[in-house]
Order: sequence, then C-alpha cells, then structure tokens
Amino acid sequence: MIKTDVLVIGAGPVGLFAVHQLGLIGLKAELVDNLDKIGGQCIELYPDKPIYDIPAAPECTGESLTNNLLEQIKPFKPSFHLNERVQEISKENNNWKIVTSGKKIFLAPNIIIAAGVGSFEPRKFSVKEAEKFENNGVFYSIKDKTYFKNKKVCIFGGGDSALDWAIELSKFSEVTLVHRRDEFRGAEHSASVAKELEKEGKLKIKTPYQIKSIEGDKKISGITISTEDGKIEKIDTDYVLGFFGLIMKLGPIAEWGLNIEKKTIPVNTENFQTNKEGIFAIGDICTYPGKLKLILSGFHEGALAARACFKLARPNEKYRFEFTTTSKNIKERLGVTKGD
Amino acid sequence: MSKITYIEHNEKTHTVDVPNELTVMEGAVQNNIPGIDADCGGACACATCHVYVDKKWFDKIKKKDDAEQDMLDMAFEPNKFSRLSCQITVTDELDGLVVKMPLKQA
Repeated sequence: MIKTDVLVIGAGPVGLFAVHQLGLIGLKAELVDNLDKIGGQCIELYPDKPIYDIPAAPECTGESLTNNLLEQIKPFKPSFHLNERVQEISKENNNWKIVTSGKKIFLAPNIIIAAGVGSFEPRKFSVKEAEKFENNGVFYSIKDKTYFKNKKVCIFGGGDSALDWAIELSKFSEVTLVHRRDEFRGAEHSASVAKELEKEGKLKIKTPYQIKSIEGDKKISGITISTEDGKIEKIDTDYVLGFFGLIMKLGPIAEWGLNIEKKTIPVNTENFQTNKEGIFAIGDICTYPGKLKLILSGFHEGALAARACFKLARPNEKYRFEFTTTSKNIKERLGVTKGD
Repeated sequence: MSKITYIEHNEKTHTVDVPNELTVMEGAVQNNIPGIDADCGGACACATCHVYVDKKWFDKIKKKDDAEQDMLDMAFEPNKFSRLSCQITVTDELDGLVVKMPLKQA
C-alpha cells in the first residue's frame, strides 16, 4: 500500500503540471496512467504535431511539451505507475483507497482526475467471433514475439505497428498483412520494406480487404476477408492480430459515483472539485460553463485544485500563498538557491 | 443555413438546420443528435464522428485529405462513403445533405 497526499490519474500535460503545482506547496503526488508511456494524448496522438497555444512557447510539439513538463517536475520526484488503470475507489475514513488493474493499492486524501477522454484501449475487430477468441488467437498487442514462431499469422492494419510487426514476424512466421485500402499510413520506408518482402515471397499483402469472419471451434482455423465490392477470400491462419490504433474510453471512472455529463465530469470552478469531497477533475475530462478543452485551461484548473488538495492533506496547517520568485520554502522544494 | 439529415443506425431520422461554417459534426452535437461522439472535439484525431455520406451527396463534398483518410482506418466498419463529419463544413451547396451513422463509433 502506497500512502500519498494526492493520487493523480492521467500522466498527460495537465496531470504533469498538477504535480508541479502540488510540489510547490509541499504535497507529494503519485501518477497512474494506463498507457506505457508518459504524455497522454500529446504523445499517443500527436507527438510530432506542432502546438501553438501554450503560453510563452510560440511553438512546441507534444513530445517537447511533455519533456519540458517532466523537467519542470523533476525536483518533486513524482512516482509514475504506468500500464496501470485505476479500477476501484472507496472511502476509508478520511482517505480514498484506490486499487489499480495491476492490484496496486494507494491511500490518499485527494484524487485528481486528469484523464482526458478516458483511458486508451486498443480498437478491436468488429466481427463477433473476435471477442470469443480474444487472447486465445486474437491479439491487439504482442508481448512475446517468439509465441508466433513457425505459425501462420494474419496482421490487420495500415499503420506503423501493423507494418513493423508484419516485417518482424515475417522472419520466422508465415505472415499475411491485410489492410482496408491500398495505401499504408505508416512510415514510407516500412511500407516499401513490406512490399519488397512480398516480392521476395516472404510476406503476403492483401489489400483492400477487411475481416468478414473468423473460423474455428476451440482455436482459430482460418479467417474470411472481403473487399467492399464483395470479393471474398479465405486464409488459413493460427493467429489474428489487429493494430487499429487506440480508442479513448471513460472506463471505470463512470462507476465511482461521480456525476457524469456526456462523458465529462461536472466540477465547480472554485477548486475543480467533483460531487465527491477530495475528488477533483481537471483538463479535458472536466466540464463547467464556458469550459475550453485547451491544455492551458487544464494548467489553471490544476493550480486551483492543488490548493484545495492542501486543505485535505494538511488539515492542521494553514495554506499561505507564495510566489516562486520570493518564497524560501518554494526554493527549497525546487532545490534552487538562485536569486537569494 | 442548410438542412442536414442525420440517420441513426436504427433508422431514426433527425433533420436540423445547421448554420454555414459549422461542421456536420458540430451540427449533430449542438442538436444533441446521438451517434456522433466527437471525442477529440473536431481535430481529426479520433475517428468517433464517423458517418456514411449518402451516395448522391458523396461527390459534392470537398475531398478528404490524407489525415482524414488515415484516421478513417481507425473508424468502425468504414466503407467508400465514409467521412469524418468534423471535416465536412456546411455550405449552401450542402443544403439537404444526408448522412448515416454507423452502429457504433468505436
């Protein structure tokens, strides 16, 4: 069990800056994120796309913004718990008890939900058999590639994951790459490598096909794919892999007794508290009259929520507003001596 | 102002007036029409405002760019009439447009 002042759900820019604001006032935070990396949508959806509306940063990318925020919160030594989704929360005296998908348990008087549009999960096949075979022949990620050695594998998708895995697995498996159109959106280089492998007979590419059905009783025996014009083909295969990117789902947050409005959580604009004491929501996931889904709004929301967290984490202390330019306390927390 | 007709997957039909310059996605969201989620808010970054454009109308709409084409790979059961409704801006020429929503958005 990990005891902390604030559990922050979501390691996107808003969650990261909340850690900064908490750190400045002396509160310790733990961050949980369902992704395997830090940065949230900025890293998952648009790491290279320029962002132009971060105050005092005329242009940055999702990646540089994340890196700068990490640098900014370094003095506070936050702990990250990646690949973990918060599953359950319950009240335990003055604390919230938080349990994650990996069975980590946290105890904290405050929770800040900075979860964007929810947690990222793989997009799945729409055919009904896919659910039956999920994790038993149908996969949306690869943990151990040797599992597929000398097997027949069908890979669906047109992005980097589909191309990279098709190329990699073709070294020791019989791979068919299926995509719904002729163009691949992954890196040009990977697409040409795949096409070269096809010419050499080391990889089969089927376009423009989509999955129609998966056959098999206890395990997969084959699949049927079809074009939009109704052309049908059957492929013998042991495994079916889908790489269709990630989708954001609100997930377990919906079951914590919080008010939810159109997949967002209503908060008050004084401290961004939800309908539950000690649970705050900031960034894209919160809503209030005039809400703007901008990163800069999330920064402001985090600053105010952090001050409210202080009251519950330090009930016997008085919060004093201080500037980073002049406060000795803050400088100590930041580990700087400049400007004294 | 143009009349846009949104047909849910269960055939329930909604016809609303949408001001020019708004997107077909915004027309649905502002009128509380179910079936279009628009999780990313219209940034062509999520594929949850996917619609099938009525084939009579498909060629009258400005062609999709690469970013939309890529994003449609991630949509639920896309076909050749698939578009992201956040990328269709309403103009006078689209008065009477009909779009159909997929069974689900993701």
